[in-house]
Amino acid sequence: MEDMKLKKNPLSFHLDADDFLPASEDEKQQLDIMRESTTFWKDALKRFSKNKVAMVAFVVIILVMILAFIVPNFYPYDYDQMVRGSENLWPMQYSQAEQARIDAGEDVFPHIFGTDKLGRDLGIRVLTGARVSLLVGLVASALVLLIGSIYGSVAGYFGGKVDLIMMRIVDIIYSVPDILIIILLQVTLKAPLQALFDSSSIFDGLNRVGVGLISIFITFSLLYWVSMARIVRGQIMTLKEQEFVTAARALGASNGRIIRKHLLPNCIGTLIVTTTLQIPSAIFTEAFLSFLGLGVAAPMASLGSLAADAINSIASYPYRLFVPAVAISIIILAFNLFGDGLRDAFDPKMKK
Amino acid sequence: MTKYVCKRIGYALLTIFLISVITFTLMNLIPGGPFMSEKAVTPATQAALEAKYGLDVSKPQQYVNYMSGLLQGDLGLSLKQKGRTANDIIFSTFPTSAKLGGISILLAIVAGTALGSLAARLRGKWGDQLIMVVSTLGIAVPSFVVASTLMRIFGVELKWLPTMGLSTPMHYILPVFTLAFYPMAYITRLMRSSMLDALNQDYIRTARAKGVSKFSMLFKHALRNAIIPVITYAGPLLAYTVSGSFVVEKIFNIPGLGREFINCITGRDYPMVMSTTIFLATLLVLMNVVVDILYKVVDPRIKLK
Repeated sequence: MEDMKLKKNPLSFHLDADDFLPASEDEKQQLDIMRESTTFWKDALKRFSKNKVAMVAFVVIILVMILAFIVPNFYPYDYDQMVRGSENLWPMQYSQAEQARIDAGEDVFPHIFGTDKLGRDLGIRVLTGARVSLLVGLVASALVLLIGSIYGSVAGYFGGKVDLIMMRIVDIIYSVPDILIIILLQVTLKAPLQALFDSSSIFDGLNRVGVGLISIFITFSLLYWVSMARIVRGQIMTLKEQEFVTAARALGASNGRIIRKHLLPNCIGTLIVTTTLQIPSAIFTEAFLSFLGLGVAAPMASLGSLAADAINSIASYPYRLFVPAVAISIIILAFNLFGDGLRDAFDPKMKK
Repeated sequence: MTKYVCKRIGYALLTIFLISVITFTLMNLIPGGPFMSEKAVTPATQAALEAKYGLDVSKPQQYVNYMSGLLQGDLGLSLKQKGRTANDIIFSTFPTSAKLGGISILLAIVAGTALGSLAARLRGKWGDQLIMVVSTLGIAVPSFVVASTLMRIFGVELKWLPTMGLSTPMHYILPVFTLAFYPMAYITRLMRSSMLDALNQDYIRTARAKGVSKFSMLFKHALRNAIIPVITYAGPLLAYTVSGSFVVEKIFNIPGLGREFINCITGRDYPMVMSTTIFLATLLVLMNVVVDILYKVVDPRIKLK
């Protein structure tokens, strides 16, 4: 009978006096914040900043960006400026004319990495080359991110027949040997693109970037998005079964909104990591194409084309190969290590 | 299994068909036609040339003709090397490339697996660190840089190794090493991490508890499972070897299909570019099918989809 009395009627308004007693010390302590709650970004940043290798890679990338995008604006030489009489100089060497000017008390900026056979300063050519290579890497990855994430999330979200057809297309493109098609596209795209750009003034902006670069962007974005689409699709497939998606749907959110506001932000880690690791592979492919003579058009230079040009004169001027080769290796290495660090930071489970 | 094999082959055929359509379309995008760059010709000569190369019919008809030729194993003609067929050029140069590529793939797999296992075994020691530094460099340095550096050091400075052609076994050393360097570094890294995974498994502890020797533990128990990711890399490895051979054959002046392909590109010999692309693409796609099927045979845990 005692038990019956203690059991409260859930509908009763009777207040329990115990609820109004002052909190004990023990209970108060539970409210003390032992550790600030952390957000996804703070957590990732904390893990990332502990990773020394990745931090060094990050600093290197920042330095390279400054060197490639800011320094050329203040550099005393231009990448296509041919200094008469200064052909084939070794690093830090001056031509006779320049030496005469120095003797006369003038300031002559040294050719830090020497000059090429047309008298162009190799230092500025490497810097602008790095700019072109970085641009290729960044823009190509951004395009891959855009196409791949939209395609992958649509396929993953809608599932069923849509997914089946969309992924079969991906399968087929995936099994096409990309490098062959890239070469083919590079061979064939330039002429029609040039004709298109010349036909109308709408394309003036694009024309200034150069047909070579534009066709590289088109080629990469046509072929490289498939692995991104596969990864995004896999993530969306697991995410869309979760409760918050059901909740959003129950609240009347449209499909587009669910994908944009709920699904994609939840795979942001994967997106960032995959995009970052795409950059070095795009730079690598551009270097390969430049070596085959299919990259950016002269007098524009990329690190790949600089190294490729230097190969013929390697016996007499090894520094011409050495400088761009080291630059390209540092950039690729830095992006690879940075990407690995990001992966560990965003998804500790994936850590090997 | 049979169903899976049929499906894979079906996709492969579809892919090859798609590639041939893309190639044909792209080649026809080039303005001006193939004889524009030659010196002025009379309309009669022009017509005769077009008739010879089958360009006097409509585009779809050209495609049908080209495809029916392909199906009969006829890859067409070369524009620049007068009188030679694409078949002739491809099949006289391909064996050289295949030999070079084959040796490189073998070296990359064997050396990569060995180095990766060694690094995992020596985890944290200086040997491991050295291997990791070299393999990290390996994936960051473009192959043409590796090639020209090796050539400079061993060919020009030290004069130990010949640098041009493929006439003696000594000639193979530099090109093979260049071609194998990147995949070797990649496999080393892959192998190290999967070996470390395998060494942490329960069955390894059991084997050690039973008193299995270290050697047998590493090579008999761990290696067999750790090598699976390396097999998945076989597809990209093949594709890399084909594209790498372009660079290596050009630099070391090796009379293979890769050098031929580059010459066709720079010489704008479009029919040859098209034939070589289709030939190499077909080869790669079919090899990938074989690799995929083998992969399922090797590891029964992989579900057949």
